[in-house]
Amino acid sequence: MMAAPIGHYLALAAVLFFIGVLGVIVRRNPLIMLMSIELMFNAANLLFIAFARLWLHNAGQIFAFLVITVAAAEAAIGLAIVVATFRPEKYVDVDEVSALHG
Amino acid sequence: MIGFWVLAAILVASAVWTISASKPVYSVVALLLNFAALAVLYITLSAEFLAVIQIIVYSGAILVLFVFVIALLSSGVSPFAMGPNRLPKIALPAGIVAFAGFAFLVYAASKALMPPARVGGPVGAPGVFGSVADFGTALFTVQLLPFEATALILMVAVIGVITVGGEQMREPPDARRLQARTDRAMREAILREGKG
Repeated sequence: MMAAPIGHYLALAAVLFFIGVLGVIVRRNPLIMLMSIELMFNAANLLFIAFARLWLHNAGQIFAFLVITVAAAEAAIGLAIVVATFRPEKYVDVDEVSALHG
Repeated sequence: MIGFWVLAAILVASAVWTISASKPVYSVVALLLNFAALAVLYITLSAEFLAVIQIIVYSGAILVLFVFVIALLSSGVSPFAMGPNRLPKIALPAGIVAFAGFAFLVYAASKALMPPARVGGPVGAPGVFGSVADFGTALFTVQLLPFEATALILMVAVIGVITVGGEQMREPPDARRLQARTDRAMREAILREGKG
C-alpha cells in the first residue's frame, strides 16, 4: 500500500515542475536557471518512481536512473558553458591588476 | 500520509526558495534541502537504491559542481553579484498557459490512470521491490541496453565539456596577456583623450 494516493504524487510533481518552469522563465541568472532545470528533472523522476511503486514494475526506476544520468550530463555541460561565457577575463596576469595603484 | 504532507510542504517551500533566492549560493542550500526531502520520499516509495543515488549524485556531485562554479565566478566583478530579476513581458502569459496545461494534465491523469490489477515484469514480491538486489538484477539483465546507453550519454557529456571548456585552453597564454595589455593601453588612451 502506498503512503498516499497516486493523485497526490501527480499534483506534487506538477507543482514542483511548474516551480521549475517559473524559475527558468522569471530568473535571468544562468546558475539559478540551471537549478530550476534540475527541479524539473526531479519532478519527472518523482512521477517515474511513484508509478513504478504503483505498478510494482521497476522499469520506472530504471528510467529514473537514466534521467539522473542525463541530469548529471546536462549540469556538467551547462556549467561548462556558463564558465566559458562568464569567465572573468580581467585578471589573467597579476601585473595587470592595478586597482590599488594610486 | 502525514509524512507525505510534511515532505510535500518541505519540497514546495524549498523549491520556491530555490527560484526566489537573491544569491545562487542560497539557491544551492535550498536545492540541497529539496534533494534530501526527495530522497526521503523515494524511500517511502520503496526506491531505496534511487534514494541513495539521489543523495550521492545530486547532493554529492551536481550541487558541489554548482558551488565550484559559483566560487569560480563570484570573485571580482561578477555578473552574478547582483543578478537582474527583471520579468520579461512574455512571463505572465507563458506562466498562465503553462499552469493551465499542467492543471489539465494532472486532472486528466488522475482520472484516467487507475492502478492495474497486476502488471507483469521482472518484479518480486512487494517486500523486495526496489531493493538494490532487485534493481541491479533488472539493470544488468532486462534493461541492459538502456544501461549501456547511459555510458554513451556520459561519454557525450565528457566530449562536450572538453569541447566547450577547451576553447580557452587552446589559446596560448602569451596571446591573452598581450590582449590584456592592448586593452589597457586602449583604455588609458581613451581616458587621456577624455581629459585632454
